[in-house]
Amino acid sequence: MKVYKLLNNIMLMLFFMFSVEAFATSSSKLRHMKVDLSDQQSLQRGAKIFINYCLSCHSAEYMRYNRMGQDLSISGDVLKENLMFGAEKVGDVMSISMRQEDSINYFGVIPPDLSVIARSHGADWLYTYFQTFYKDDSRPFGVNNLVYKDTAMPHVLWELQGEQHLVSKESVAAVYYDPSYSDFLELVSPGRLTEKEYDRTVRDLVNYLVYMGEPIKLKRTKIGVWVMLYLFILLLIAYMLKKDYWKDIH
Amino acid sequence: MRNTNINQSRRRFLTTAATVVGGVGAAAATVPFVSNMNPSAKTKAIGAPVEVDISNIEPGGRLIEKWQGKPVWILRRTEEMLKDISSLNSDVSDPKSDESAQPEYAKNEYRARKEEFLIVIGICTHLGCSPNFVLKGEGESISMDWKGGFFCPCHGSKFDLAGRVFKGVPAPRNLVIPPYKFISPTRLLIGDDSETV
Amino acid sequence: MRKPIKILISLRDWVDARFPLMKIWNEHLAQYYCPKNFNFWYFFGSLALLVLIIQVLTGIWLTMNYKPSAEEAFASVEYIMRDVNWGWLIRYMHSTGASAFFIVIYLHMFRALLYGSYKKPRELLWLSGMGIYLLLMGEAFFGYLLPWGQMSYWGAQVIISLFGALPIIGDDLSLWIRGDFVVSDVTLNRFFSLHVIAFPLLILALVGFHILALHEVGSNNPDGIEIKKNKNSEGVPLDGIPFHPYYTVKDIVGAIVFLIFFFAVVFFAPEMRIPGTQGLFLESANFIQANPLQTPEHIAPVWYFTPFYAILRAVPSQLGGVIAMGLAVNLFLLLPWLDRSPVKSFRYRGRNYRIALALFVVSFLSLAWLGLQIVTPLYTWLARFFSVVYFLFFFLMPFYTASDRDKAVPDRVTD
Repeated sequence: MKVYKLLNNIMLMLFFMFSVEAFATSSSKLRHMKVDLSDQQSLQRGAKIFINYCLSCHSAEYMRYNRMGQDLSISGDVLKENLMFGAEKVGDVMSISMRQEDSINYFGVIPPDLSVIARSHGADWLYTYFQTFYKDDSRPFGVNNLVYKDTAMPHVLWELQGEQHLVSKESVAAVYYDPSYSDFLELVSPGRLTEKEYDRTVRDLVNYLVYMGEPIKLKRTKIGVWVMLYLFILLLIAYMLKKDYWKDIH
Repeated sequence: MRNTNINQSRRRFLTTAATVVGGVGAAAATVPFVSNMNPSAKTKAIGAPVEVDISNIEPGGRLIEKWQGKPVWILRRTEEMLKDISSLNSDVSDPKSDESAQPEYAKNEYRARKEEFLIVIGICTHLGCSPNFVLKGEGESISMDWKGGFFCPCHGSKFDLAGRVFKGVPAPRNLVIPPYKFISPTRLLIGDDSETV
Repeated sequence: MRKPIKILISLRDWVDARFPLMKIWNEHLAQYYCPKNFNFWYFFGSLALLVLIIQVLTGIWLTMNYKPSAEEAFASVEYIMRDVNWGWLIRYMHSTGASAFFIVIYLHMFRALLYGSYKKPRELLWLSGMGIYLLLMGEAFFGYLLPWGQMSYWGAQVIISLFGALPIIGDDLSLWIRGDFVVSDVTLNRFFSLHVIAFPLLILALVGFHILALHEVGSNNPDGIEIKKNKNSEGVPLDGIPFHPYYTVKDIVGAIVFLIFFFAVVFFAPEMRIPGTQGLFLESANFIQANPLQTPEHIAPVWYFTPFYAILRAVPSQLGGVIAMGLAVNLFLLLPWLDRSPVKSFRYRGRNYRIALALFVVSFLSLAWLGLQIVTPLYTWLARFFSVVYFLFFFLMPFYTASDRDKAVPDRVTD
């Protein structure tokens, strides 16, 4: 009927209008990273980076060492020797000894707990964050960041990445809307790792943070497949039963 | 129009199949809910084995530690105390600890791996109060010839210095001995008695 | 007959002599006659009951480990997700169940609009259903504060401030709801009580009422005819079939299909992170603990409230917006009396109602989408446009339904 065609067209038009608007107004474009939680080696490397570089200031109060050991296939002894410092037990959570008053003195803020940072910020945000630190002498620690303007965090991985500079100061304002533009940053003095190696390091760290945000993630999809299989079989039988009874009616 | 040609056996088969398969799913669905109520990872972490330094306990003295939320007493027994224990064999209801709970290495005269140290859970086997530690010279109110031991204030149960329950008191069994091992002459691990290979 | 079956039968008879077991069984299941032409739209009542049971069961288990204090709430949820055995599954079932509940209820209500199930003699059925819907909105609102994330906190702050917009009583009312000067631990604790006990009890009571009211008059059907008008010599409606076994067996199939979708979300996409959104079922901002000193960039209610939120924002005055939003939700209550057509089912309605309903659906869905977006001049204009369409559906209904040229309604069901 003509009425329905008209309505259909209106709906399609509205749909396209909305979709275009939605993509056009998405705030800062981020570099995209493919997360791979099945890569155990990446997760193990990421765990090491996290513990060596992050855990001194940031806690991960909801993550237990022995859970990480179990999920990442790291034995209790290796865990204790390489990944746990201080007199903690494997059943303990990843808390830090830095007191909150001290954090505020050093950084001006309390470094947030990182247990679920990947769930609130997303992998792409974290990935881009670690790639876009640059030298800025006006900041307390001499660095600023394209994703998180005026971050209070120093560039803890600078010795691995090296020093980046902003190509032109005038482009700063525009830059905060599109940190994926690598044209804005240049590597002035290299770090211990090549660009490729550093990229891999950041990917490992972000993979680990995504894992830490939801340790059950890998397992739940596997269980889900079995549940789906079971439900489809049950559906088949139930449907046959229904059809049999309803033969009475038709 | 209602079709009256019902194939009863097919209907019964399908109903049974659906019930059985559905039943399996329903049973499986209860597992997360039941398991949910078992101790969580946090509870197990808190209940993990506890390492204790026993080098500072005076002879005849007692140290109290917590394991799995329960008080664990570490008593450093003197020679006199050990002799007193032996003299009470006919006053206690279960002298050989046949009815009581302890690991096999504690099923002996002094209910311990090493005679000198009693490691025992300080909860009365009657209704769960924590008994008092009463030394030999201080037990006049408990009995005429008190040889030292533990007295539970709730209902009057008495235990000797090996945690064995006296006859004629409400508590039925000797105090429970937890699993433990010595990881060095001065360090004890309560809650773990695995053999280190 | 085998021994175990004999025992069960004697047990049944023993109970039946002391409790109306067989009477209930017959009146409401084995001899409750439903129209035989129920279609897809008729699954959602039993599905709503299924989701209610899921929510209650998972809710009970969550309450075993959740801590309703501002200091511990957020941490206790992560504790459930990580340390408690299968806690993650129960949490995801509960969060998915909340959204599933609203999907099912909206489709259930839409069925009533399609087939005129709110019309005489089912007005009370409709009103009790609306009562359940309003309680459900409250239940969801209270429940959403409990994880104590940024979205929980600020969403509650905003919605409670809406009550503050009411003249004279507004400020005292907000203070009374919160129990404090801002949303705080006090508010959290009382919302916990309302979410876990008060509202579930009310909902269960109303659901019981709703089902009894339904069974009193009998179900409507896609043809909108009253099957009780044509009975056979035994008093059984000619177009009726007993609910058990025909609809028990059919609803089981419906339930399994639902569970397939439900568990697909639970296991594969519990956050429902659709591109362009921050997670429809579990929002990413809620993984940041509530901070009373810092508002997140973009506060939006959960998707099931967004149509009404869009209407609220469309009106330029604060009080006007609150009134418009309240009206938008509650106008449904008047449907039995706004609709002047004697015809129940969409199948036999005239062109007016068909166009009106189509426009209503378009505007409802558009408003839902708009409510999720940040405010732009274009979106504001669109929200205003669709709000007008939305309201006109109700306000003009007495007129376009009275003058509608309906088709002839058959005497017996056509399926």
